[in-house]
Amino acid sequence: MAPSQIEARSRGRTAPTNTSSPQYFHKVVDCQWACPTHTPVPEYIRLIAQGRYAAAFMLNWESNVFPAILGRVCDRPCEPACRRGRVEEKPVAICRLKRVAADYKGEIDAFMPEIPKEKNGKRIALIGAGPASLTVARDLMPLGYSCVLFEKDPRGGGLMRTNIPSFRLPVGVLDEEVERILGFGVEARFGHEIKSLDVLLKTEGFDAVFIGTGAPKGKDLDIPGRREAAANIHIGIDWLTSVAFEHVHTVGKRVVVIGGGNTAMDCCRTSLRLGGMQVTVTVRSPRRVMKASPWEIEDAEHEGIPILDNHAPKEFLVEKGRLKGVRFQKMKEVGLDKSGRPRLEPSGEEVVLECDDVLMAIGQENSFPWIERNIGLEFNEWDMPKVDEVTMMSTRPGVFFGGDAAWGPENIIWAVAHGHQAAISIDHFCHGKRLTERPQPGANLISQKMGIHEWSYKNDYAPLKRVAMPHADKAQALRNLKVEVELGYDDKLAFKEAERCLNCDVQTVFSAPLCIECDACMDICPVDCINFLNNEAEPLLREKLRVPAHNKTQDIYVSDNLKTGRIMAKDEDVCLHCGLCAERCPTGAWDMQKFMYVEAQAAQACLTHHNAYLR
Amino acid sequence: MSYIPKPSAHHPALPRNTLGLTRRDYEGTMSTLCAGCGHDSITAALIESCFELDIPAHRIAKVSGIGCSSKAPTYFLNRSHGFNSVHGRMPSITTGAAIANRDLVYIGVSGDGDTASIGLGQFCHAVRRRLNMTYIVMNNGCYGLTKGQFSATNDKASPSKKGEANPFDAIDLCQLAIQLGAGFVARSFSGDKAQLIPLIKAALSYNGFAFLDVISPCVTFNNHPTSTKSYDYVRAHNQAVDSLDFIEEKEEITASYAEGTSLAVEMHDGSRLLLHKLDEQHDPRDADAALMAIRTNAAKGAVATGLLHINETQQDMHDILATDARPLNAVPMSELCPGSRALEAINARLR
Ligand SMILES: Cc1cc2nc3c(=O)[nH]c(=O)nc-3n(C[C@H](O)[C@H](O)[C@H](O)COP(=O)(O)OP(=O)(O)OC[C@H]3O[C@@H](n4cnc5c(N)ncnc54)[C@H](O)[C@@H]3O)c2cc1C
Ligand SMILES: Cc1ncc(C[n+]2csc(CCOP(=O)(O)OP(=O)(O)O)c2C)c(N)n1
Ligand code: SF4
Ligand code: SF4
Ligand code: SF4
Ligand SMILES: [Mg+2]
Repeated sequence: MAPSQIEARSRGRTAPTNTSSPQYFHKVVDCQWACPTHTPVPEYIRLIAQGRYAAAFMLNWESNVFPAILGRVCDRPCEPACRRGRVEEKPVAICRLKRVAADYKGEIDAFMPEIPKEKNGKRIALIGAGPASLTVARDLMPLGYSCVLFEKDPRGGGLMRTNIPSFRLPVGVLDEEVERILGFGVEARFGHEIKSLDVLLKTEGFDAVFIGTGAPKGKDLDIPGRREAAANIHIGIDWLTSVAFEHVHTVGKRVVVIGGGNTAMDCCRTSLRLGGMQVTVTVRSPRRVMKASPWEIEDAEHEGIPILDNHAPKEFLVEKGRLKGVRFQKMKEVGLDKSGRPRLEPSGEEVVLECDDVLMAIGQENSFPWIERNIGLEFNEWDMPKVDEVTMMSTRPGVFFGGDAAWGPENIIWAVAHGHQAAISIDHFCHGKRLTERPQPGANLISQKMGIHEWSYKNDYAPLKRVAMPHADKAQALRNLKVEVELGYDDKLAFKEAERCLNCDVQTVFSAPLCIECDACMDICPVDCINFLNNEAEPLLREKLRVPAHNKTQDIYVSDNLKTGRIMAKDEDVCLHCGLCAERCPTGAWDMQKFMYVEAQAAQACLTHHNAYLR
Repeated sequence: MSYIPKPSAHHPALPRNTLGLTRRDYEGTMSTLCAGCGHDSITAALIESCFELDIPAHRIAKVSGIGCSSKAPTYFLNRSHGFNSVHGRMPSITTGAAIANRDLVYIGVSGDGDTASIGLGQFCHAVRRRLNMTYIVMNNGCYGLTKGQFSATNDKASPSKKGEANPFDAIDLCQLAIQLGAGFVARSFSGDKAQLIPLIKAALSYNGFAFLDVISPCVTFNNHPTSTKSYDYVRAHNQAVDSLDFIEEKEEITASYAEGTSLAVEMHDGSRLLLHKLDEQHDPRDADAALMAIRTNAAKGAVATGLLHINETQQDMHDILATDARPLNAVPMSELCPGSRALEAINARLR
């Protein structure tokens, strides 16, 4: 829409920003806002820069429960959100810095919450020992709950153990973080598969049940040759599990991996380490819409694995009862569908890839054969349980879902976020409190001014490039499944990377009554955030800024009326949090104030490091 | 001032001018003036104006005297020529430079002390000689750099921050400039960029002596409630006599304005000024009327701002002296220094 049209349509004004709602400034901290558990990223990054690794670790542990694991394999929704990526090319390596906190934390046992000897008399069943259930246990144990964990596998961790290969996540790292929670006194029953929810509910008299059984079923491909060549065609996630539990040690020399997601990337890289000489990944869709995370694709390609896109599998070729290869129909793009994804049509060209083994990584599904359909727990038309998005409770009171079991495959950090919410609900449920009454987050704002031009944080922006992650020697890494590929940053690299963080939590806080409208802040702002103009309805206001604010995901901070009747409008989009506006303001109308946001959890004992900032 | 330099990062969507530059490319080093100083705002308006006019920075020369205001050229146009001269001597330095190279755009920056006290004589002669320059006085009514003594432009009614009365009447530099025959005279306020930027652009495009008196509050020494050069006072007493649209040669005039209340002025370089009269009595082409407008407003306690006077046909110093069309650096040595015989011929003519 042209500005003039917007002008014509404009009516009214933009209301002054309500900065007393903690969510306004929370949203400015892009990484924390994007993190499903709202980890206070800039604070832990500053702690790392100061060498206070244990404190950085504890803030992480309180928020996301698995810092050492997530510091390696988190899906990191924070990084695409990171402001630094909008100011220059690459975001801060938030995830890698998390690992630094875990690698150098030292002794932290003393900081762990106390687990009451005297229990509160409530018993909770947790089904599945993945990150979702483990989070619920972590949050409830300090409150005196008795948690019983049922897991069909011999060890805990869920897909983190069975599917994420050890060259990305060493077993020792996983064990440490899983054991820490089990060590709180969780009664773990490994090798115990729940075969009937009805029976479980009737027999042991649990006060609540949490279902964190994941999405355990790998999708299959029903094309010709599937049955005849079955011996050499494997479902990716099952195959990875067999590798993890050391039931499978080798793979054929020529391997074709079908699928373009992260599972495909783990399958192909694992194959290379089990003796695959010629490993190829095939994807049905064009390269640019592949599901796998860019960094996982990069790592696979770095190991020399070709990725063939627009290849749709048509037939498994069998010779003498044995898999010989896969025939693909090559696809071509014919425009986009309604959702903006490419529409594909067969191009007519066919390709045969000869191979000894095929790994299928085309997706996972939920499957609940063990949940009876007549116990008051409703399923929807896709045969998924109906789960409340806020409370995580199913339609059967006292039965909760979380992680991949709730709404299909996601990732670890979402499983943790679900676990936190479920724990709150379970606690309310067991104490007769309304589940819809959610505890509120804690927040505060504290001025960071130390002197006229001195701030308690480093406000000096420097155009630094993202620090590259050192990798293990490739030849060596490919020989051994257990050699971790990423070596982690040392303290010097970590410091360098930490310096790239813009401290988005140090907020620009404006006080309209103090402003004399001298323009000093507007003139000094390096990224033209600040404007003084007449108020308008938001669409027009956005157009009228010094640089029109087209990134609608970012808010405009609008002040009350100033003396001249104008307003101050600040586009939060690319503010560097350099504090120059506050340094230049003659009246202190701008101040740089550190915003601490503490997402509520069930147990205050799990938030002591966070809460220390609120005092 | 600040300890950190202004970050190099700029908004990714920052507009570019026809030279492919952003307004950031017209900046200077970080200002060391007091936070909130009006001079910094004028600096920002100069940056914006040069950016919008697509002037290549290396075709500009910044010249100044002594004072906080005269320090300001360091804070804009890093890539321009510059001369920070001695107190009150900006006009003579500019005269020399303009004689030598008539092709550069001259921006003279001075203060009310630099111009109305020690440099008053120099100022008068720069006007009289019709130097082709933009002369900006950053007028804060005091000697900011030497800790806020009254300057000659401080109003009699305006006591010092500590309450000391000012016994003398003020010199009105705009009236003086008009009386001395300046072809372009305007007054504005550092806190009103919407008015200031078009005036600076018009002044830079004017061929001849363009004078801009910009009231520029000194936040440290002259922004108290009883000062007549404070943000609040100027906002409350500002009486714009007209409003100006500066239209570059490449642009079309799209809006239509009512006869009688608006005036189109063609500039030497093909750009045009569209002037909307806010005070019907005011006619900027009539020097006497301009003086009247300033004086009647002043009598009412108001400060007349806007384009006060313009003489489109005025000749500049080079026209008057019929100097060579080329800058001296483009004149071959043999012509520049024709030798002793030529000198003898001149001497003989004058004997
Ligand atoms: C190959 C692969 C790679 C991945 N890589 C990443 C990554 O790099 N980063 C990331 O964030 N996420 C990754 N994920 C996704 C991530 O692992 C899952 O989203 C996450 O583990 C889900 O956690 P959860 O607690 O919901 O369940 P899960 O981790 O799936 O755990 C469920 C557990 O329940 C047990 N169980 C199931 N049914 C029963 C039953 N009836 N009785 C008893 N026990 C039962 C299972 O044995 C399992 O241990 C990956 C997934 C795959 C398949
Ligand atoms: C020859 C000489 N006399 C006196 C001074 C001292 N001096 C320095 S700046 C200044 C006055 C500056 O006032 P103004 O031009 O209004 O500049 P401002 O600092 O107010 O912007 C004076 C008197 C000097 N530097 N040189
Ligand atoms: S720059 Fe730092 S605080 Fe800002 S979004 Fe990125 S990591 Fe978070
Ligand atoms: S902190 Fe202030 S000066 Fe710095 S980028 Fe943000 S708004 Fe601009
Ligand atoms: S610097 Fe301070 S007083 Fe000046 S306009 Fe900005 S907020 Fe207002
Ligand atoms: Mg002065």
